[in-house]
Amino acid sequence: MTEPTGASATLDSPTTLTQQDRLALYEQMVLIRTYELAIQREYHADKGPGFDIGKGLIPGEMHLAAGQEPVAVGVCAHLTGDDAVTATHRPHHFAIAHGVDLDAMTAEIFGRETGLGKGRGGHMHLFDPAVHFSCSGIIAEGYPPALGQAFAFQRRGTDRIAVAATGEGAANQGAFHESLNLAALWKLPVVFVVEDNAWGISVPRSASTAIPSNADRAAAYGIPGVRVEDNDVEAVHAAAAEMVQRARSGGGPSLLEVSTLRMLGHFEGDAQGYRPELADVAEHDPIPRYEAALVADGVLDDAAKQRIAAAASERVEAAISHAKDSPLPDPAEATRYAFAKEA
Amino acid sequence: MTTTTAAPTRRLNTSKAMAEAIAQEMRANPEVLYLGEDVGSYGGIFGSTGGLLEEFGPTRVIDTPISETAFIGLGIGAAVEGMRPIVELMFADFMGVCLDQIYNHMAKIHFESGGNVKVPMVLTTAVGGGYSDGAQHSQCLWGTFAHLPGMKVVVPSNPADAKGLMASAIRDDDPVVFMFHKGVMGLPWMAKNPRSIGVVPEGEYLVPIGKAAVAREGTDVTVVTLSLSVHHALDVAEKLAQDGISVEVIDLRTVVPLDRAAILASVGKTGRLVVVDEDYQSFGLSGEIVTTVVESDPGLLKAPPKRITMADAPIPYAHVLEYAVLPRQERIEAGIREVLA
Ligand SMILES: Cc1ncc(C[n+]2csc(CCOP(=O)(O)OP(=O)(O)O)c2C)c(N)n1
Repeated sequence: MTEPTGASATLDSPTTLTQQDRLALYEQMVLIRTYELAIQREYHADKGPGFDIGKGLIPGEMHLAAGQEPVAVGVCAHLTGDDAVTATHRPHHFAIAHGVDLDAMTAEIFGRETGLGKGRGGHMHLFDPAVHFSCSGIIAEGYPPALGQAFAFQRRGTDRIAVAATGEGAANQGAFHESLNLAALWKLPVVFVVEDNAWGISVPRSASTAIPSNADRAAAYGIPGVRVEDNDVEAVHAAAAEMVQRARSGGGPSLLEVSTLRMLGHFEGDAQGYRPELADVAEHDPIPRYEAALVADGVLDDAAKQRIAAAASERVEAAISHAKDSPLPDPAEATRYAFAKEA
Repeated sequence: MTTTTAAPTRRLNTSKAMAEAIAQEMRANPEVLYLGEDVGSYGGIFGSTGGLLEEFGPTRVIDTPISETAFIGLGIGAAVEGMRPIVELMFADFMGVCLDQIYNHMAKIHFESGGNVKVPMVLTTAVGGGYSDGAQHSQCLWGTFAHLPGMKVVVPSNPADAKGLMASAIRDDDPVVFMFHKGVMGLPWMAKNPRSIGVVPEGEYLVPIGKAAVAREGTDVTVVTLSLSVHHALDVAEKLAQDGISVEVIDLRTVVPLDRAAILASVGKTGRLVVVDEDYQSFGLSGEIVTTVVESDPGLLKAPPKRITMADAPIPYAHVLEYAVLPRQERIEAGIREVLA
């Protein structure tokens, strides 16, 4: 890996992916996309005449990550359930790629008692301790807890690591910079991931960030920084491989920024009137592009494509059915879990 | 034949009323500007800055990076130099990432300077729940802002007050925290109480900071409340009137300074007090109101007071859970009946 130079480091490590690995990356991306579109369908199905954000089987804000699958899939391919991941308010792709229980996550999004948070948390507040997954609705505030998880892993002499994701908008928060410094100082096993989808709600990157690459910011803290330009899952995979290895082997933190794509609105219901490049979004969809590459390389054919799509759809619909069939929480217990032992 | 012409009335929702006040003040004073996240072409996530970018351009209606400490602090510095910035913190829940600038700087500079330095800025922020946005996006937290001295805290419940209080806030020489409940904004994508759209005076219109309003007169019981809960309390008062119960509803409009005289006058008349507060119950506004009455004269009360508030627990996501803890009509009605029993 290139040490910090003050400019974005370039990537030249060859990818060593087998055909099976490549298919697995593809399958994960398809599963995530299938999930996001199914959640979108369920979310809008029942918002009443017009659009009432508080109505329906899935109420509240909904931030979907369609188009950003390559980041989560490329990074999480290197992780096991012993590693920690903290995601953002747009968490589903990282959750799925890291192996969060899909049924329990879906039940949480539907506000059911069988959900990850028993209906208390919701889509921005998903916690699955089985795979050390968490997320935060407050921008950049998932970074500091990731340090703590990495700290615990380091203290206990393990080779486990933490991955902390934010958007490019969040990289302008104090918590982001403080976390980079502290992790660098204490050589914490963290991989910081910045998903640059070019938009912080309606604010374009050019209006929020003074430099073109957040990877350059790594240099200020003496850690390696790499920017992957093309939202390509294999490029992300290759860049993350080195960073994860570095963290596992005691080399400390590093920063990976990926230029990615927010295919949908910031939240569902966002008309995106502020977004001039909207018409081009579909042609930049990373999934058909990867699919074409795999077909060209003879890794994927129509039959396999259909099989993968069908399996994803079956898995996702099962999770949604599970959620819908699950009981609602008991209103009499609305304040339960404020403390470990109820007063 | 006689013809009657209805008096011309112009109805606006609260977000448009707020934006109208800001536009009028910006026209009148070039030192007024608005900055925050998504306040430009988006027009504010809750519509508070609709149309402002078009009229005033990007040098006075400014989209910021997601760096609340920096841009709220910037507002403070600009105010110290005599500008009149309005700075938006998108949700009050996010105060945690920038609280030092708010309570150690914005709120204390005037005091620490012995009155030599003024901080004439407005910090606007959205509050409140009711649409399953979860524990990090649904809090009111006005009790927290009010607890920390040095800032005025205004919380309008309706379009006209939003306009009048915003104009007063912008002209005020102190820092004013202007907290608008998403549920009173009259937004097209949220459940609307009919009163979130109403008649708003045209032209210059000021509502004084620190003056409560009697939202409904009554003789049997006083409900002291604010923000969206005013609407719920009025709904309940209308219903109870059919049972011959006369409910007086006090809309505080301002938390700091608190119009204690208005509370005492009403409780002095009715002898019964119900406080409805969507903020957390303990250590907050509801306790302050009860104390105001009891410290003044415990004999004013013919029955123990009652608080209908948000539970002392994070706000749950699931609709059934959130509605169980929100101070909505059923709980308010039960509280009123209890103090009358
Ligand atoms: C501290 C804080 N400030 C503001 C917000 C409101 N907000 C939610 S998402 C968002 C934009 C985030 O942009 P980015 O980090 O690029 O992530 P993206 O949404 O593009 O995935 C903002 C401003 C918040 N949740 N927390």
